[in-house]
Amino acid sequence: MLIPHPLLGPRDAQEFTYLGDASLLNRPDGMAEGALPAFCDYVYLRDNPAGIHRELWFHEQGDRSWLVVTRNTLTHEILGAELARDVALRRQK
Amino acid sequence: MRFSGFRVIAEALTGHKGWKPLWRNPDPQPAYDYVIVGGGGHGLATAYYLAKTFRQARIAVLEKGWLGSGNIGRNTTIIRSNYLLPGNEPFYEFSMKLWEGLEQEFNFNAMVSQRGILNLIHTDGQRDAYRRRGNAMLLAGADAELLNRDQVREMAPYLNFDNARFPIKGGLVQRRAGTARHDGVAWGYARGADIHGVDLIQNCEVTGFRIENGRVLGVETSRGYIGAGKVGVAVAGSSSRVMAMAGMRLPIESHVLQAFVSEGLKPLIPGVITFGAGHFYVSQSDKGGLVFGGDIDGYNSYAQRGNLPVIEDVAEGGMALMPMIGRARLLRTWGGIMDMSMDGTPIIDKTPVEGLFLNAGWCYGGFKATPASGYAFAHLLATGQTHDTTRFMRLDRFERGHVIDEKGMGAQPNLH
Ligand SMILES: Cc1cc2nc3c(=O)[nH]c(=O)nc-3n(C[C@H](O)[C@H](O)[C@H](O)COP(=O)(O)OP(=O)(O)OC[C@H]3O[C@@H](n4cnc5c(N)ncnc54)[C@H](O)[C@@H]3O)c2cc1C
Repeated sequence: MLIPHPLLGPRDAQEFTYLGDASLLNRPDGMAEGALPAFCDYVYLRDNPAGIHRELWFHEQGDRSWLVVTRNTLTHEILGAELARDVALRRQK
Repeated sequence: MRFSGFRVIAEALTGHKGWKPLWRNPDPQPAYDYVIVGGGGHGLATAYYLAKTFRQARIAVLEKGWLGSGNIGRNTTIIRSNYLLPGNEPFYEFSMKLWEGLEQEFNFNAMVSQRGILNLIHTDGQRDAYRRRGNAMLLAGADAELLNRDQVREMAPYLNFDNARFPIKGGLVQRRAGTARHDGVAWGYARGADIHGVDLIQNCEVTGFRIENGRVLGVETSRGYIGAGKVGVAVAGSSSRVMAMAGMRLPIESHVLQAFVSEGLKPLIPGVITFGAGHFYVSQSDKGGLVFGGDIDGYNSYAQRGNLPVIEDVAEGGMALMPMIGRARLLRTWGGIMDMSMDGTPIIDKTPVEGLFLNAGWCYGGFKATPASGYAFAHLLATGQTHDTTRFMRLDRFERGHVIDEKGMGAQPNLH
């Protein structure tokens, strides 16, 4: 698999470490009410879709940036990649 | 139709004209007392024990493809009970004992072959870890033996003992472990279930659940609606997809695991050998092919095929451990979809939906579990009570903080 790194161009997926569903960017507020069940969902439960999946890859043997990669889990086709930082900043707005 | 040596000889003398199909091919009835979703090893074993041991009436297995088209026919067939934790080891040893009587039990040749599994030790720390594991196995009534380097050399003289980075220092052996014929296991349970009246319904995909007031009433399928008193789901790598139709999210990610087989060779590997310093394990099939594998690819996948980096990694592991393997030609590689759970341990439990039960999270190790998983799931479905050996394999263990994490890796499925 080749991951289209937004800064470095296409890179071999072997340079990356896989973490999982990009929803891991949305860490619940530990001080909020209902934090316990929210964290249980966050840590343990996954949609695990067959099809389009947004997921976190770490460019460990490259520029050490985190990417959100959009990939089809049925075919392994990679549909896009962006810096996780950009995704997180966009969400804060 | 019973199988026996006499029968084989009689058929040989009469042109093999007397063999019959091993099971009927019935159309689905409007309703059953028990519907099992998934005709893999676990679903078929569940139906078999439900019908035979617990004598429950009107049972169907619904399979979207053909019986045994999933992981039961794709795995590397290793059976063993060399686990560490109290939540796991008694269950796997129960399974090992069921394997030992299985062929007599269902009168079918599953080619259960107890040639042993040898886990190699490469460091002093690893010897301590394996000694502890061996002791845990002995405590649960399994067999385990710690071997020194010379004893390992006697068993497998062709291994690379002097690998500069990972010298072999010994091994943990479980002699009662081994392999079984994966398809034979599916066929044996299918035939046994059919004999006891179970309807095995193929090309029947479950596409939804009918749930009213928190209770399951039946399943929607590609062959129409089928009513059910109780529904047991055992669909391995498809667990998240199927349970999503009942409104549940699971502590599971689906990942692809690859396997490999070489051309046929003369008898070489006595049992199963696992490399302790890389992802490589190997056994030899009765046809002579070396059957080997390594780690999962490591990213979510439903593709039933993997990628080259893992093939390379497995080949490197093989070359490091037994360099002669470089002379053998690789015939085939394939992949299967694993239901990797958040702690690496399976789930056999009821669900928040009344009458709906779940058997899932087998990761890459569910073949060896087939008999005990079927037995325990049937016990749960028939009695409503958890079988003693699966009492820790609960669905709510994650929120309770009672995970069963053999490797201590945390909630990261691709590390288990
Ligand atoms: C390459 C590889 C090597 C392995 N090696 C080993 C090993 O050496 N030892 C070991 O113990 N384990 C091993 N495993 C793991 C083991 O194969 C699995 O854990 C086990 O087979 C899973 O249980 P099963 O047999 O019931 O699954 P499956 O055979 O996959 O059965 C599930 C069935 O459910 C059906 N299904 C799915 N969705 C639906 C639906 N909506 N409606 C109806 N039916 C549906 C599928 O078609 C499938 O037939 C390996 C797996 C792989 C892929």
